[in-house]
Amino acid sequence: MATASVLQARSAGFSFENCKRNALVEANATDLGLRVPTARKTGTTICGVVYKDGVVLGADTRATEGMIVADKNCSKIHYISPNIYCCGAGTAADTEMTTQIISSNLELHSLSTGRLPRVATANRMLKQMLFRYQGYIGAALVLGGVDCNGPHLYSIYPHGSTDKLPYVTMGSGSLAAMAVFEDRYMPDMEEEDAKRLVRDAIAGGIFNDLGSGSNIDLCVISKGKVDYLRPHDEANKKGVRVNELDARPQAGSYKYKCGTTGVLTKAVTPLHTELVEETIQTMDTS
Amino acid sequence: EHPKMSASQVKGVSTGTTILAVRFRGGVVIGSDSRASIGGEYVSSRVINKLVQVHDRIFCCMAGSLADAQAVTKMAKFQLSFLSIQMESPPLVKAAASVLKELCYRNKDELQAGFITAGWDKKKGPQVYTVSLGGMLVSQPFTIAGSGSTFIYGYVDAKYKPDMSREECMQFATNALALAMGRDNVSGGVIHLVVITEDKAEHVIVPGNKLPKFHDE
Repeated sequence: MATASVLQARSAGFSFENCKRNALVEANATDLGLRVPTARKTGTTICGVVYKDGVVLGADTRATEGMIVADKNCSKIHYISPNIYCCGAGTAADTEMTTQIISSNLELHSLSTGRLPRVATANRMLKQMLFRYQGYIGAALVLGGVDCNGPHLYSIYPHGSTDKLPYVTMGSGSLAAMAVFEDRYMPDMEEEDAKRLVRDAIAGGIFNDLGSGSNIDLCVISKGKVDYLRPHDEANKKGVRVNELDARPQAGSYKYKCGTTGVLTKAVTPLHTELVEETIQTMDTS
Repeated sequence: EHPKMSASQVKGVSTGTTILAVRFRGGVVIGSDSRASIGGEYVSSRVINKLVQVHDRIFCCMAGSLADAQAVTKMAKFQLSFLSIQMESPPLVKAAASVLKELCYRNKDELQAGFITAGWDKKKGPQVYTVSLGGMLVSQPFTIAGSGSTFIYGYVDAKYKPDMSREECMQFATNALALAMGRDNVSGGVIHLVVITEDKAEHVIVPGNKLPKFHDE
């Protein structure tokens, strides 16, 4: 059974080579007063829904490093193939690299079969890789796409289990998003209804979960067409505070007017400088 | 009940679960609930089907870590279809159970999954086998497993009769599952039943609002 995967070397199990070294570094680092860097997680709310003609995937855009927002506008909807996209929650590096590896392998597979790749194939490749690493790759994914058998949506957990469902949510904000889905999901929705539902589900995660925030990205996949809407909804513009009661955006100015702080005394001291030496160095811009 | 099977100790998504299989006159009924949870705190899926068809007349149900169970059943399904082509006849239920047992026993340090295999074959008719966490294979007239099974040992021991009819057996399985789902927090949702006889394997779903009620005011 020949498999056309070049990028991923087929060695058994997780490589524990660096664990001993890491343990020594960690032990010595605390003596020196250094803190071991933690992996950047995406906090995150991601979700997907199957509608009449395809699937709609949605994600927020905040990446957190502990309690600090590392990236206010990161892209969590990753390309797998022209008809398949994947949202990723968990450790940012793991979701990035896993989706890139599978995307690359899937392209080779698609060239080998001469057909458009199927969502079930991507699902199989992802789950087998994640199971092989026994959950140490912290990638929770929402995989969606349209192939010759219609629209498909899968949720893939870090340990390698998958669910094939009409609507799925993942990430720290998944409970808030799932609440919106459970209330308003209907089978065979129109595209606009589906987009509005996904937008509201992600908004639920953004406003009720500390790990999710900023804007809402959508990806609408239907037969022969992909709409990558980034950003679809700028739910949090800097300086714009939306009044809860009447939803009118109030511009918040963070600058202080000149004269706010009273000046008591002013002293000006001119600094005399002498030109000692002047050299010109030409820069090679070829 | 093996302590490792409790929901909070299974890494990742666990099937929580109540599963059972019962032999009746002419066939077997295999059933499960439909809940998958994470850490015993969040229901990650309320509609999963834990009954996997590994061959035409052989089903198995999963308990424990969902990732491990899915990987093992997919491997077993492949091995059995290969075996049936080699032997030019459908595999025996015992063969299917043995395949699962080998996978569970050889990899007992890495896996956290248990199975119930039930089906019909020409040699011995309807059979039920249970493959526990460490890889023990036992044949029984009926068997229950999963975290919710602890609540219904008394019920099934008292109510089981050998040689039941198909309807009696389905009612027995439905009642047992409903009782377990009512008491175990990581079992719930709908009841999936598969009735396997010589002629066919029929999948029946009992939705939440049609579950039998037991003094639930």
